[in-house]
Amino acid sequence: MQKLDYLKETPSQTAGPYVHIGLAPGAAGFDIYARELGWDIAGPNARGERIRVEGVVIDGTGSPIKDVMLEAWQANADGIYAHPEHPGEVEEGFRGWGRVITDFETGEWGFDTVKPGPVPGRSGSLMAPHINLWIVARGINLGLNTRVYFGDEAEANADDPVLNLIEWERRRQTLIAHRVERDGQAVYRFDIKVQGEDETVFFDI
Amino acid sequence: MKPGEFYQRDRRWHPPALDRDYKTSVTRSPQYAPISLQNSMSEITGPVFGHGDIAPGDNDLILNYAQSGESPIGERIIVHGRVLDENARPVPNTLVEIWQANAGGRYRHKKDTYLAPIDPNFGGCGRVLSDENGYYFFRTVKPGAYPWRNWVNDWRPAHIHVSVFGSGFAQRLITQMYFEGDPLIATCPIVNTIKDKAAIGQLITPLDRNATIPLDAIAYKFDIVLRGRRSTLFENRLEGN
Ligand SMILES: [Fe+3]
Repeated sequence: MQKLDYLKETPSQTAGPYVHIGLAPGAAGFDIYARELGWDIAGPNARGERIRVEGVVIDGTGSPIKDVMLEAWQANADGIYAHPEHPGEVEEGFRGWGRVITDFETGEWGFDTVKPGPVPGRSGSLMAPHINLWIVARGINLGLNTRVYFGDEAEANADDPVLNLIEWERRRQTLIAHRVERDGQAVYRFDIKVQGEDETVFFDI
Repeated sequence: MKPGEFYQRDRRWHPPALDRDYKTSVTRSPQYAPISLQNSMSEITGPVFGHGDIAPGDNDLILNYAQSGESPIGERIIVHGRVLDENARPVPNTLVEIWQANAGGRYRHKKDTYLAPIDPNFGGCGRVLSDENGYYFFRTVKPGAYPWRNWVNDWRPAHIHVSVFGSGFAQRLITQMYFEGDPLIATCPIVNTIKDKAAIGQLITPLDRNATIPLDAIAYKFDIVLRGRRSTLFENRLEGN
């Protein structure tokens, strides 16, 4: 028989406890690069509402995980990703990608951005506004993918093809961030439970 | 022909979320199966980086943190290779970031308390963009093995942590590379979270004598393979393209 000459994907390994050295050296405790990456998701010119998204990542014992790194990937307020394969233009300085680490003492993380717009889904559908997250840490062998949806988008969320793919309606709630106002700013709370009661839905993308 | 969706990830080639021999994974592994998603725009797109994001010397760990005229202690090495996809096509212009312990096995991190000394001339991180052929290289020193708390006498083999983006968010990957001939590889609980011996072999870099710089630095070759993309033979394009 002939051979299919595909390569195999390089297997994943945990990011370990010292991920900060490589990806956020300031947090590891030293200054090396002129510019660290990922702290400015939307840039100065982005249209749309300025928001903050924050939370903790909780392990199977109910404790916050204090050595997590999260990356965010989102569209702009018009629902366009800053990528050559997505038709349309984004604002100058809008990248839509961010990198945050949790506080070593509390496990809290948070990032400032703009609220994304609805983006095209498969076969003509529209997906509700969401931010894609990728989570790595010591003890996580393959990065976890999830999505942040917005509690004040009930109608769009009800029609979202990805939320509707989750058979257990109750589990859909784990992907909804709840909005509060703090000092005049919109803050969405999104706690992630890696394991245990109300475990967050993760996606195999 | 435009690129389409990514091939399904082979989850049996990657380590499972839960491996009791790697204790930290026990409470950090989801118990429910992940929900499998067909790709949409959210997965096939991903961040794009350019030369404005990094500096030319960021891939030289021998010099990027050393005081002027000095250099870190340790065996001088080149780590080089290509970023490819499963179709064996190069992945150009993608960001590769690395981090590692110094030659004594100590990390420059406020949480690392191992008794081996910090090297004043070694930061331990680097980054580079692959070129138009997917090629990348770093210059560094060979990291030392170090002990860690899992079982009472576990030692990590010498390794470099590697982070790669690719062209879509679904290709995002963090892994570790090891060095040919290291006797600690066989017994490491983190290495052995990967169940397929051939998959482990993909992380063990061979000595590459042809790429050494005589009288200066020895070389190891590490090719990185990211998920491949389906070619769209028929016009079943994703919406919005
Ligand atoms: Fe390490």
